[in-house]
Amino acid sequence: MNHDSYSDAYIRDILVTHRSIAMVGASANPSRPSYYAMKYLKTKGFRVIPVNPGQAGKEILGEKVYASLAEIAEPVDIVDIFRNSEAALPITHEAIGMGAKVVWMQIGVRNDEAAKLAEQAGLKVVMNRCPKIEYGRLSGELSWAGVNSRRISNKRPILGTKGLQHRVLREASD
Amino acid sequence: MSTERKPGFNTLAIHAGAQPDPATGARATPIYQTTSFVFDDVEHAAALFNLEVFGNIYTRIGNPTQSVLEERLAALEGGTAGLAVASGHAAQALVFHTLLEPGDEFIAARQLYGGSVNQFTHSFKKCGWEVRWADTTDAESFRAALTPKTKAIFIESIANPGGIITDIAAVSKVAKEAGVPLIVDNTLATPYLTRPIEHGADIIVHSLTKFLGGHGNSIGGAIVDCGTFDWLKSGRYPTLSSPSPSYHGITFAETFGNFAFAIAARALSLRDLGPAISPFNAFLILTGIETLPLRMQRHCDNTLAVAEWLTRHPKIAWVNYAGLPGNEFHALAKRYCPNGAGAVFTFGLKGGYDAGIALVSNVKLFSHLANIGDTRSLIIHPASTTHRQLTDEQRTRAGAGDEVVRLSVGLENIDDIIADLDQALATV
Repeated sequence: MNHDSYSDAYIRDILVTHRSIAMVGASANPSRPSYYAMKYLKTKGFRVIPVNPGQAGKEILGEKVYASLAEIAEPVDIVDIFRNSEAALPITHEAIGMGAKVVWMQIGVRNDEAAKLAEQAGLKVVMNRCPKIEYGRLSGELSWAGVNSRRISNKRPILGTKGLQHRVLREASD
Repeated sequence: MSTERKPGFNTLAIHAGAQPDPATGARATPIYQTTSFVFDDVEHAAALFNLEVFGNIYTRIGNPTQSVLEERLAALEGGTAGLAVASGHAAQALVFHTLLEPGDEFIAARQLYGGSVNQFTHSFKKCGWEVRWADTTDAESFRAALTPKTKAIFIESIANPGGIITDIAAVSKVAKEAGVPLIVDNTLATPYLTRPIEHGADIIVHSLTKFLGGHGNSIGGAIVDCGTFDWLKSGRYPTLSSPSPSYHGITFAETFGNFAFAIAARALSLRDLGPAISPFNAFLILTGIETLPLRMQRHCDNTLAVAEWLTRHPKIAWVNYAGLPGNEFHALAKRYCPNGAGAVFTFGLKGGYDAGIALVSNVKLFSHLANIGDTRSLIIHPASTTHRQLTDEQRTRAGAGDEVVRLSVGLENIDDIIADLDQALATV
């Protein structure tokens, strides 16, 4: 498939279907984008498992850090890659091997060879996007910061259960 | 994978950014007339202040009525994010506050709106930001003004009041080669006539007071981040590419990607300088934008008819409207604003300064005032008003000499507009 752009429906389907994310390259530094993304996705109900050999055995945001994907014993739906584009290929091999459903590469990360392999193995692929930004864009939260969500809707946004300033994505909503 | 329609401009003007209100289902965007918003809990408050999540804190930084306006403008311009502020001048101040450090320079077109010339020449100097002037009609003059300290280039898509259509793509080429962002003031064109992002703009500013609001009732301004400039690669804009000391070391361009400029302009410059738009003004301007495509086309159609009529009037020395065939900017107008060359133009009276004073004194339908972009037809004699503070040389260069009269043609019946000018010119 074409990876230059994705339909909202494709991204939404991935974000409402799956709950478990292994974040490769998760940082323990609270000012890093991966830390922001992990913290946000946890508030949206995702189970986020950090993978970072430099932090293995420690905790990030209360979650045990693994040295590699292979060490994770529980099922993982989405492998989120916060590494460079070259590193995405071996990580994608591991993601396919462990039975993940989606390979997601962060903004600035794109590896078409890895994408082809993953798609041949039946996985969905998203490249050069951030799940935090996509979740916020589709749920309407990013609109509070004036961000162009590139969507129009005649339905009310769906409020989360945590308070008035939390919005959530649900299947087939708007 | 479903195919998704991309909404057209008219649809975006009505719907972009505006879902029904989550609390009440109100279909029109409510006016959230409040200073502050309660936090869901302590953790939520901390996350908001850290920019870990977006949401509403305090109306100086953002407000739900305002954010609908911001998203709508970003959608109409085709940018990544918007920021609405108190006025067009505030928008400009925030753009440069985000981009520049003391000692930096930027290049601006010398044919700008007189208020911008004042702001850049005098107020910005106090911040240590030096403007260098170039000629809007000559892209190479921008190249000639480049120095190692140049951090940005600023132009108007349609110059006010000179009637110049800027070759945005040509100036953009200079900006790209120099590695600096191109800022385009798109006030006179509005995104209905010209979308600067399609011609290489990196940041767009607006006075919303004019055609976007369109009814002469609210002051407002806006910034649109085009998402096109790579702040990290450049490394010359520390506000965007260095760890921010006031946000515990996050780097805006890294954390917010292609809408980092809009977030930095809000979270740093708007937060600290404070020119927030009122929710009520944001609401009025939003309502105006819903009819922008209809109004703008009628403005342009009326203006072309007035300009054509004036060219045939014996007391008129010249008419400078790019919509007229034969105008030196007509070819650029057809390229950059094929639906019309805007509704503001100037003409020269054979009778000079005194004739200008007589004309503005004797109109009965046109209003003599300093604004443009109203439903009402407006008239002004720049030499005795808006451009009074400039030197003679600056005035002439800005297209505001003694004999010059500026019109902003409104939405009244065209026969009434022309009849009013006709009777007033009879007294000149």
